[in-house]
Amino acid sequence: MVNMEVFSDPTIARHLLEAVIQLAERFKEERGRIPVFMEVCGSHTMAFAKSGIKTRLKDHVGLIAGPGCPVCVTDQKSIDAMIQLSEAPNRILCTFGDMMRVPGSKFTLMKAKTEGKDIRVVYSPLDSVKIAEENPDKEVIFLGIGFETTIPILALAIREAERKELNNFTIWMTTKLVEPVLRVLLDSGEVKIDGFLLPGHVSIVIGKQSFNFLAEEYETSGVITGFEPVQLLSSMYKLLELLLEKKIDIINDYTYVVKEQGNLVAQDFLKHYLEPHDEEWRGMSAIPKSGLVLKEKYAQFDAKKKFKVVIEEPRKTKCRCGEIIRGLITPEQCVLFNKGCTPTNPIGPCMVSTEGTCAAHYQYMREE
Amino acid sequence: MVQRISLAHGEGGELTHQLIQNVFIKSFGHPEHAQLDSAIVTCPTQTIAVSTDSYVVKPIFFPGGNIGKLAITGTVNDLAVSGAIPQVITAAFIIEEGFQLNELKKVVESMAAEAEIAKVKIIAGDTKVVEKGSVERLFINTTGIGEIRQEHRINPGAIQKGDCVIVSGTVGDHGIAILSARHEHGLFTDVESDCASLNHLIQELVEKIDGIRIMRDPTRGGLATTLVELCEDFHFTVELDEVSIPLRRDVQGACDILGFDPLYLANEGKVVMIVDSKNAHKVLGMMKGNVLGENATIIGHIASCDEQTGKLLLKTAMGTSRRLHRLAGMLLPRIC
Repeated sequence: MVNMEVFSDPTIARHLLEAVIQLAERFKEERGRIPVFMEVCGSHTMAFAKSGIKTRLKDHVGLIAGPGCPVCVTDQKSIDAMIQLSEAPNRILCTFGDMMRVPGSKFTLMKAKTEGKDIRVVYSPLDSVKIAEENPDKEVIFLGIGFETTIPILALAIREAERKELNNFTIWMTTKLVEPVLRVLLDSGEVKIDGFLLPGHVSIVIGKQSFNFLAEEYETSGVITGFEPVQLLSSMYKLLELLLEKKIDIINDYTYVVKEQGNLVAQDFLKHYLEPHDEEWRGMSAIPKSGLVLKEKYAQFDAKKKFKVVIEEPRKTKCRCGEIIRGLITPEQCVLFNKGCTPTNPIGPCMVSTEGTCAAHYQYMREE
Repeated sequence: MVQRISLAHGEGGELTHQLIQNVFIKSFGHPEHAQLDSAIVTCPTQTIAVSTDSYVVKPIFFPGGNIGKLAITGTVNDLAVSGAIPQVITAAFIIEEGFQLNELKKVVESMAAEAEIAKVKIIAGDTKVVEKGSVERLFINTTGIGEIRQEHRINPGAIQKGDCVIVSGTVGDHGIAILSARHEHGLFTDVESDCASLNHLIQELVEKIDGIRIMRDPTRGGLATTLVELCEDFHFTVELDEVSIPLRRDVQGACDILGFDPLYLANEGKVVMIVDSKNAHKVLGMMKGNVLGENATIIGHIASCDEQTGKLLLKTAMGTSRRLHRLAGMLLPRIC
């Protein structure tokens, strides 16, 4: 048993925070600048902002939010296509809550729902399989966005639909993989990163070993971490230790849930139903084999094959989400932030997703 | 055979009469008020407080209560936090055709029981039955009248720097209880709604302790939204201490899973007060002596007053401070 309360204990967190600051100051003395880390996962971005760690460390450790918010990295054309799916009659669109307020070029799913379209927020894709079973005369489409954390559940939903012989259930797949995008970021050399805080939930599925390439090929360290203040600070401490000792390594600091090999059952599910595919990323164009799609054998469950959606070229805005997810700018550097773009009137997905960097800064880091 | 409400129950004829006699008056009593088209009441004081609210909670039965109990506690609490002593309540029912009669009876009996606890009389009512699909099962509106005693008027004008912010117990219980009761998002918890009439607790405090500046019940929008409104309306800045805000572990856990912030979840049996710091511990002691306030805590203080725009700040466990805003849009569960 792991005592979860320890991880949010404010006293332990405060002590760790001071310890992190001490190491960061040593780094600063040695190198003449503060260390810069990228937290890959959007939930980490939120946790850093909400807990106050990011604000408290701003003069000691640079924290750059990476491309880890599944809604934010989805390119505008895919978002427009998903929103447009709601327009045809006799459909039930099922989605994670994050998608509801994401602005399409024309409207949001929330607006479509207000106008009477049947759009349902579910917590698990399996709920949408149940909805398909209960509504045999309607087409049920699940909007399948997500990283490795979520993709196995999408595969599981396909298995359920297959088992129940449903012919009215499909998934609109626009999934993303972590490794290819990290390679693109590192290859581009656009951002200087001293180390990575690696996504805990993704690692549960793909295993610690999947991140060894960072150390072996890019000579960059990373620490896999959880989501509570004590866990985040502990991993930062370990990353700083590696830097100060001039060692390069991938450390699993979330050992009670993350295994070396990951979740083999989940990985088997992925291999069984899905295959790699070139995916479009917001602000980055297509990255080879950076997503998974349904194999031809399961085309009957593939909404992209079953339904034709005609999309126009997306509306151009001044939104700089693309640069934000690559870690090139902070939300405050976007002219729209907190002016033309707010959670109630969003221009880009980063402002409305529960893992979006702009949302994190808007909700938790504004002082005015 | 299950007895159900039909459109004829709302036609004003024999079935309506039977419904009123056998369900409403049977539970609510006070038939003397049902003889005229209005209930006639005598005002005990010159100043009264009036509050109205409609209840559309889904599901209508949930752990810790139901729509009927909530329709009483909600209006009673709105009066009580305004410094009024709730006296009488009206209740209007909008019922979907086909609603089960025994469920209606259960709801009405809960209302009567809660009115008895709160010592308010339900003196007037209305029943409408609408076609299937026009409303979802049952909606209730209640309007309450409370007596304002001059000597116990609350005084927001006296708010000053250093005043304490006290909440009467754990936050977010009702929000999570309702979410679990819907069985949506695969969420199962043992959390019960906190819905309860707070008028006796509040009346005792107001009568015995000076220095209660203002009170609110943090319902929809939660503690954060309620305090943001107070800060803006009365131009002061509150600093909350994150660590001290009372929170059930299972509510925290459910919030972590769904990506919700408990400070924005509804409460239906909690009061938040701003109190002169000299008397804060007296208030706390008296609250803790009542089962409805046993987890009462001082959660913050007034950091400054007389500002053009008041704001709500949260001091985090890390020692940083961030501003809390109104809930933006709806709470929606997250992906991962």
